[in-house]
Amino acid sequence: MSQTLFEKIWDSHVVVERDGGPSILYIDRHLVHEVTSPQAFEGLRLNKRKVRRPDLTIATMDHNVPTSDRSLPIIDQISELQIKTLEKNCKDFGIQLFDIKSPYQGIVHVIGPQLGITLPGTTIVCGDSHTSTHGAFGALAFGIGTSEVEHVLATQTIRMEKPKPFEINVVGKRKNQHAITAKDIILSIIRHIGTNGGTGTVIEYRGEAISDLTMEQRMTICNMSIEAGARAGLVAPDQKTFDYLKGRKFTPKNYDKLVSQWQETLYTDSNALFAKSFTIDVSNIAPQVSWGTNPAMVCDVTESVPFPEEYAKGNEDQRKAAEKALQYMNLKAGTQMTDIEINRVFIGSCTNSRIEDLIEASKVVKGNKVSSKVRAMVVPGSQMVKKQAEEMGLDKIFKNANFEWRESGCSMCLGMNPDILAPGERCASTSNRNFEGRQGTGGRTHLVSPVMAAAAAIKGHFVDVREMDLN
Amino acid sequence: MPFDKVNVDTDQIVPKQFLKLIHKTGFGKFLFYNWRFDNNGKPISDFILNDPKYKNSKILITRDNFGCGSSREHAVWALKDYGFFVIIAPSFADIFYSNCFKNGLLPIKLEPKIVDDLIQTGTEIEVDLEAQKIKTQTKTTSFEIDDHRKQILLKGLDDIAMTLEYEDKISNYEKRVMTPSLL
Repeated sequence: MSQTLFEKIWDSHVVVERDGGPSILYIDRHLVHEVTSPQAFEGLRLNKRKVRRPDLTIATMDHNVPTSDRSLPIIDQISELQIKTLEKNCKDFGIQLFDIKSPYQGIVHVIGPQLGITLPGTTIVCGDSHTSTHGAFGALAFGIGTSEVEHVLATQTIRMEKPKPFEINVVGKRKNQHAITAKDIILSIIRHIGTNGGTGTVIEYRGEAISDLTMEQRMTICNMSIEAGARAGLVAPDQKTFDYLKGRKFTPKNYDKLVSQWQETLYTDSNALFAKSFTIDVSNIAPQVSWGTNPAMVCDVTESVPFPEEYAKGNEDQRKAAEKALQYMNLKAGTQMTDIEINRVFIGSCTNSRIEDLIEASKVVKGNKVSSKVRAMVVPGSQMVKKQAEEMGLDKIFKNANFEWRESGCSMCLGMNPDILAPGERCASTSNRNFEGRQGTGGRTHLVSPVMAAAAAIKGHFVDVREMDLN
Repeated sequence: MPFDKVNVDTDQIVPKQFLKLIHKTGFGKFLFYNWRFDNNGKPISDFILNDPKYKNSKILITRDNFGCGSSREHAVWALKDYGFFVIIAPSFADIFYSNCFKNGLLPIKLEPKIVDDLIQTGTEIEVDLEAQKIKTQTKTTSFEIDDHRKQILLKGLDDIAMTLEYEDKISNYEKRVMTPSLL
């Protein structure tokens, strides 16, 4: 029977099948971090349970770690307790931990692929909704809650209802490969299908415009699948995938043999059926900027802030939501996006903090200065990304332009550490969520690509990055 | 409690500054914190959680895509700890929906039209999980729920213990499929 890639991976991991209810699925990789795991380990202790497969479990600390000098003590005592708790839990249960001093520390979705933990055809879970990132490698990767973290720790399985396969065809060729990025593609998709367009599904991104992307760009796309409500997003692995993972720290010894197995199995059969389908042509898309308080409230940089009635297209709930969003964002409908002034810039997060993101942003920054009205920071996704960037001299480009060059972590994507927006501050951010208060209570977030964020930092307002020289 | 909002994300249900605790208890006071309290921590009077009329509400009725965004189970802990037992909406985000059942919170999906009526009328309702019925003074509506999940809520079952009963199947899988180790 013809099957989609997602169905093939699902079927090969079913331990117990139940029709119409949650099946029990085997988990190959469990990634753990400090914020969503303490209560799970507490549950294990209360029930005198062990971690079934410590050898398939990896932990790091990323959400609340400070991005300032790592040799200094952590000032926030509650954060420190959470970090110490993870250290103790990993020690007690025999789990490998990349702690704050480790050269492998970083955002869990950045280090997974960098270390070769992420592999095609595997099931990967983490107590974080952006686990969908790993789908870029043809893995079935999804976020879970803390009770499920405990369930996976204890049983190495999860109970889950089978989602439906959803194909998104991304066709056409981007006219300007530097200015129109993977971030613009995914924001454009979410803008069209909505924040619940993918609910109950696993998205497979297909088409020439996906094949054209590098692995890191595919990660940006898969990362934001959850912003469209999808449980996971994936891309069939190809030569780029296999080359990326070769020779990394945890890449299996029999890698070449595995690659030939993957080549034979990990693709969607030609006449497989999807429950849902959507096609987008990227040949004419513009840089995208969010104007509201969810990731579907997005427009072209060349457009103006929409009127709520126009945005809602007759849907009363959406009209009310748009009105409330404009009020929160302190924006007037009809304002040109390029007239919106910003005070903060954040280049980072599991969406856009990888080496290619920093290289692209540095091209905009080189030889320029951050606007005197703006405070801008770069937070590399991992210590490995940071080191690589420093070897290439990118840190100097950013620092010379008055960007802050920080240590790795989730940082201002969710503001659990000291990197937050003050009430009323407006930020051009390469992260994934523009929810109310996400980056700091009362803070206002505009989602953009790394090059758009860099350009906004220099000009002090949004600009169409296609007008800049990026070569 | 009629909660007339669409796409309520988990960042609103429990803002990030309260995710640093290492236990599951006591999150109720942080529920909808940024909507519920002003910058000085004083209750905002026109926010529905601060309306004395709904002080003892056990059922939250809301709009599409409730619980979207972050996977934080803290959102469910907060709703439960505050005193809610049931959330009714036309649709829920997947991870949130699944998290509810692990904590004795019943999420019910109903047709948008029915939800709209319940929100508009703000009438008192009764939920019978055993019979899968929702009753108002004038009307009774049925709802769907997966039987396994229903039993978990009704009997307060331990999911992990139930899965561990399949130990032989899990072991067989592990013998058959050698997942590459991270050691």
